[in-house]
Amino acid sequence: MLTLTCPYCGNAAEETELAPGGEAHLKRFGPGSSDEQFEDYLFARKNPKGVHFERWRHAYGCGKWFLAARDTVTLEVFGTYKAQTPNPTPEIVAAVQAKRPNWTPDWTSTPATTTSAESLTE
Amino acid sequence: MSASPTNSTGKYSVFAIAREAMRLHSGWKRAWQSPEPKKKYKVVIIGAGGHGLATAYYLGKNHGITDIAIIEKGWLGGGNTGRNTTIIRSNYLQDPSAAIFDKALKLYEGLSQDLNYNVMFSPRGLLMLAQTEHEIRGYKRTVYANQLQGVATDWVSPQQIKEMLPIINIDGPRYPVLGGLYQARGGTARHDAVAWGYARACSAMGMDIIQNCEVTGVETANGQVKAVNTGKGRIECDKLAIVVAGHSSVVAEMAGFRLPIESVALQALVSEPIKPCCDLVIMANTVHGYLSQSDKGEMVIGGGTDGFNNYSQRGSWQHVEETVRALIETFPMLSRLKMLRQWGGIVDMTGDRSPILSSTPVGNIFVNCGWGTGGFKAIPGSGWAMAELVANGRPGPLAAEFGLNRFREGRFIDESVAAGVAH
Repeated sequence: MLTLTCPYCGNAAEETELAPGGEAHLKRFGPGSSDEQFEDYLFARKNPKGVHFERWRHAYGCGKWFLAARDTVTLEVFGTYKAQTPNPTPEIVAAVQAKRPNWTPDWTSTPATTTSAESLTE
Repeated sequence: MSASPTNSTGKYSVFAIAREAMRLHSGWKRAWQSPEPKKKYKVVIIGAGGHGLATAYYLGKNHGITDIAIIEKGWLGGGNTGRNTTIIRSNYLQDPSAAIFDKALKLYEGLSQDLNYNVMFSPRGLLMLAQTEHEIRGYKRTVYANQLQGVATDWVSPQQIKEMLPIINIDGPRYPVLGGLYQARGGTARHDAVAWGYARACSAMGMDIIQNCEVTGVETANGQVKAVNTGKGRIECDKLAIVVAGHSSVVAEMAGFRLPIESVALQALVSEPIKPCCDLVIMANTVHGYLSQSDKGEMVIGGGTDGFNNYSQRGSWQHVEETVRALIETFPMLSRLKMLRQWGGIVDMTGDRSPILSSTPVGNIFVNCGWGTGGFKAIPGSGWAMAELVANGRPGPLAAEFGLNRFREGRFIDESVAAGVAH
């Protein structure tokens, strides 16, 4: 059974205590965006075979959304981190690269530390 | 058996069995050949599962195109074709779904004769249990929709269900049986035989089925497909059909586009074989449980999908527990059975739980995917519609509504509400 540690309450939660929420770090497009951008935001997914970043909710625990780095083939968990970050944190990137040396991030900038997002607060 | 691969045109019949009985079965030929790939084909199909092979078959049969290679990473029919619970039905809510699934059902009815291969199609009747008030309304709506579509289905009462299926407990308390949607033409078929039958027919038409040949890249030039790179070298093609179910996103990524697909694990299990006790296919969507009895006597049970992306072909244990726990209330006798085997397959889920048969952003690449948890029943209809799409470069009436552009345009074929979660 998948076990993820909730970064908010620190509990190691089993899969049955969690609710999966799909791909993480989607860039949101709304009014004013092109049809293509809006379609991609709503539907197009990486669905990678291998390293994946996704949203989870500690549904039967503290109730908060968090993010997890996971391998979709081996089901290995590289780590979990708080949701208020536009890209995976350097610690998570390091944890993934320690296990998957050939894997490289496909985003351009990684913030130095967890940033407080505009709309989300703990 | 003769060791040399020979042509597979020998027709199966009672006379062939008699002839072979006289010579100690020494003359049976291989059902299909396993050639090395040529340098170039008119059409390359990635994926030798049911859908890929059916696409090839109808390209040959309906459109006269036989210069085809069907490339398979593992072995033929070894993916979801060999992992499903073999349920066949066409009682869908939306018109485009009913059209393609009923086309498939009609083709299944004559498939053994058409392919000269016994696919053991068994139209034993299919019953979807309504176990909540919501489901009663939903299924009645589907029955009315089916009548308009020309697909014969009936609403049956709990008492009728008890008569049809004595082992059922209709009283609940947690999941009482409140009625059901019955399709008399629904049933099952032998899943492996469907793949083998199509493979044999394709091979007889001169198509090349290339197993153990993984696609590692897709070459494009000026927005058109040029070739695929595989474990057995580079293969050029005029047209490419991607028919790989759970790995659709992976192959699409090689070709440079993304699909509205998430791959998740779906599980099934079988019990020890018992005497015949269940001559219907039962679907209980509220509890995500599907039940039928195989010819061997095993109770075949299908469960629900996991909620997270997964390529491991293994599902989570609690879903097995969830499925069996709920089914035991409706079928108390199941509690005494030992479960023999459990397995998972990777299914390709779209947002509206309807398939994608479409051209793509790359010229002459076509995709057939998104069948999710219910692809087996669609194999002949899917192949028929996909062949039309690949041969003409534009969809025929069956595939027209299933294009990728429906997501941008908001023309969903929403079967997720109609069928609960999995179907």
